[in-house]
Amino acid sequence: MNFEKAASLSYDELIMRQYRCLVVEDSQTMRNMLAESLLRIPGMEVVTAENGLSGIRALASQKFDLVLTDVNMPVMDGLKLVRHVRGDPRHADTPVVVITTENAPNDRDRAMALGANAYIEKPIQAPRVIRAVKKLLEL
Amino acid sequence: MTDPRDNVQQEFLAEAQELVEALSRDLLLLDEAHHRGERIDPALVNEIFRSVHTLKGIAGMFGYKHVGAVAHALEDLLDDLRLGRTAVGQNLLDILFDSVERFQSLLTLEDPQSPQEEAGVQQYIAAIRSVGIEEEVEEGDPIDKYAIDQAVLAVLTEYEEHRLRACIREGLRLYRLRASFDLMTIDDSIEALREQVQEEVEIITYLPSMEGGNEDTIELVVLLAARVSEEELKAEFEGRYGLIEAIAEQTHLPTLPPRRTSIPVLSMRPPSEDDGGQASLRSVADSVRVDIRKLDHLMSVVGELALVRSAVNRIVDRFKHDVTHRQSTMDLDRIGRGLERQLLELRTGILDVRMVPLGQVFNKLARIVRQSAREDDKQVRLVVTGANTEVDKLIVEELTDPLMHLVRNAVDHGIESPEARLQANKREEGTLALNAYHKGSNVVIEVEDDGGGMNAHLLRDEAIERGLLTVEASQELSRQEMLDLVFLPGLSTRSEVTDMSGRGVGMDVVKTNILRLGGMISIASEQGTGTKITVTLPITLAIIRALIVTVAARTFAFPITAVREAIPYMPNEVHTIHGRNVITLRGETLAICDLGQLFDLRKPGDREGKFVVVGSMGNRKLGFVVDELIGQEDVIIKSLGKSLSSVRGFAGATDLGDQKVALMLDAPALFTEYFEGPDVFRGLESRP
Repeated sequence: MNFEKAASLSYDELIMRQYRCLVVEDSQTMRNMLAESLLRIPGMEVVTAENGLSGIRALASQKFDLVLTDVNMPVMDGLKLVRHVRGDPRHADTPVVVITTENAPNDRDRAMALGANAYIEKPIQAPRVIRAVKKLLEL
Repeated sequence: MTDPRDNVQQEFLAEAQELVEALSRDLLLLDEAHHRGERIDPALVNEIFRSVHTLKGIAGMFGYKHVGAVAHALEDLLDDLRLGRTAVGQNLLDILFDSVERFQSLLTLEDPQSPQEEAGVQQYIAAIRSVGIEEEVEEGDPIDKYAIDQAVLAVLTEYEEHRLRACIREGLRLYRLRASFDLMTIDDSIEALREQVQEEVEIITYLPSMEGGNEDTIELVVLLAARVSEEELKAEFEGRYGLIEAIAEQTHLPTLPPRRTSIPVLSMRPPSEDDGGQASLRSVADSVRVDIRKLDHLMSVVGELALVRSAVNRIVDRFKHDVTHRQSTMDLDRIGRGLERQLLELRTGILDVRMVPLGQVFNKLARIVRQSAREDDKQVRLVVTGANTEVDKLIVEELTDPLMHLVRNAVDHGIESPEARLQANKREEGTLALNAYHKGSNVVIEVEDDGGGMNAHLLRDEAIERGLLTVEASQELSRQEMLDLVFLPGLSTRSEVTDMSGRGVGMDVVKTNILRLGGMISIASEQGTGTKITVTLPITLAIIRALIVTVAARTFAFPITAVREAIPYMPNEVHTIHGRNVITLRGETLAICDLGQLFDLRKPGDREGKFVVVGSMGNRKLGFVVDELIGQEDVIIKSLGKSLSSVRGFAGATDLGDQKVALMLDAPALFTEYFEGPDVFRGLESRP
């Protein structure tokens, strides 16, 4: 690619980004694992946040193609985040995947009732995450 | 390159360790509140639940089967606890405390799936499951009493819903606070709000409102339950945050949002091979974990850069008087100074990253105090100050074992049984204080108990009996010197060794460990009133400020932390007391030791030294006679090679930059050698 052509491209085109995904999870290990799983999808950019509030902050200034969030988190949990995404006209159509556990069926049901598009149960495995995200992004 | 899987594994272990530490810390708070009969803070229980919950999640990912199984069982128990289905009791606390130890040992297993652990884990899980659940009798849903927005109820987690019910049952009134927050500072604002609400008010939840908010601000609806009146609540919050309104009680029946069942995303197919494509990872998380070895590496790079700086200096010196290069020399000098400033900043920055609060260790100690006290049937109150004091991570790691031993000793041997304490007119409950604070470039840690204290004469007799001390030598010992005998290998004041303090380690090992860290340990004890052990340590091991001296044309470095002052040496003022050379310094007798003679560099009759470097360690002082004082310098210590590691008196070597190497004097070892060397204890008067 020559320099002139490169200069005419937008940042997104330059890095060949096609999708941007927000990962919200309080455990660093889990957050990195989720981010790394998503990054296996070509053209994916991942923004991470460590709780619902940080997630809302990220959503205030950027648009995302998908939000992947844990439910049980300190400061602000995933249910609030789901509601915020659904309540904000800029993100109303953004697919949301929640990460739940089998022993919290009530929280999972609430998340779905609030408008989450899918849930993934812990323990998390990379292939399942990738499958779910690809399905929602219609890849 | 390290195996990336290894890195991920390390990261998992680090987070797991942090979670277990947080768990341990919170359990101690819970235990304390329970024993004081205080109200249990529901947020604390929720915090404990969350630690275990997260641990379960990540253990599952990494195949730590046993950790996952134990966490799972505990999570269920804690879920019952936080949802009010069971109550805090002694049995439950014991089970929870056990988990800390168990997690720690399971996390260090070579094989995290080890079948040998299976039976023990299953037994423990059975114990967890056996903690009784007291079924709550529900008579109608108290939430129905209030006209709360369906939209709000729909966003409550099960836990929040439980807290809401509990608060209404306890007779608290519900309020809604509507407030706008700046997105940049919202974390601090919420933290401040949480701190402001204590006993009388509970935050049930806060959620983004559907209305307000833009790129910079967000409006939150905060659901509060309060015991105080609306007026008081308004006075407290309205000015600072926003509008408060009471939630009306209602007569007709609302319903909770339906609990819809839903279908999970299924995926049985293995992931397709994805490659290529550009990706980027950005994070808004604001902290990172770093392997300490990476910091060590950075620090040694800084050390190499310091050598470059010295080289620049030498060039400047060489051309200083050369008129033809004047301008260039001045420029070079300025650049050199700039480099030095930046280097200093870089070094301070790296050191700062290495620092961790001592609180981490103190939490472990608190658990040990609790455990030892229970085993000994003693009552011990632990008072901790200075848990925020920061020390180099490496020191913290090395410090844990010696401190654990000191704390066990204090509980096992220091603090008396409740009966004995009552007889001695003391409170039934003994006090063990852990204090930490900075003192110059040292950190001081004190372990102080108000127990029976030590019997100095008993120590002396014991030392004689074991052949560690001659009767003659014992007659010269001061009380302090008798107490110091406790640090001799093979001495114990009690013939029967309890399970806890025993384990083959004595105070001599504690002392060796502390000395190895470049620290010092001292003891003060009054019979009947208690014992205080003071550990003094450098804040970091990475860099040491040193006083550079010469002795018989050789260069040596003194750790500055051990140097009190330097004074001119007047050979005609030297007296001899008990075979030791001493001088008088401001009315005090100061023992002196000629390094030239000690290292056999100076023969009697050679030119004598010109200065005395007054060293101090704990409460002792010793003067070292040297030839010249060169100045102070920050040095990075390199350890001596294997062949020299057995030579006593040197802590390592350091490169002074001009291709000169100086030996770093090991001040604690020199002190030990001088004051406690065999000649002193055997009463030999051989010192010249």
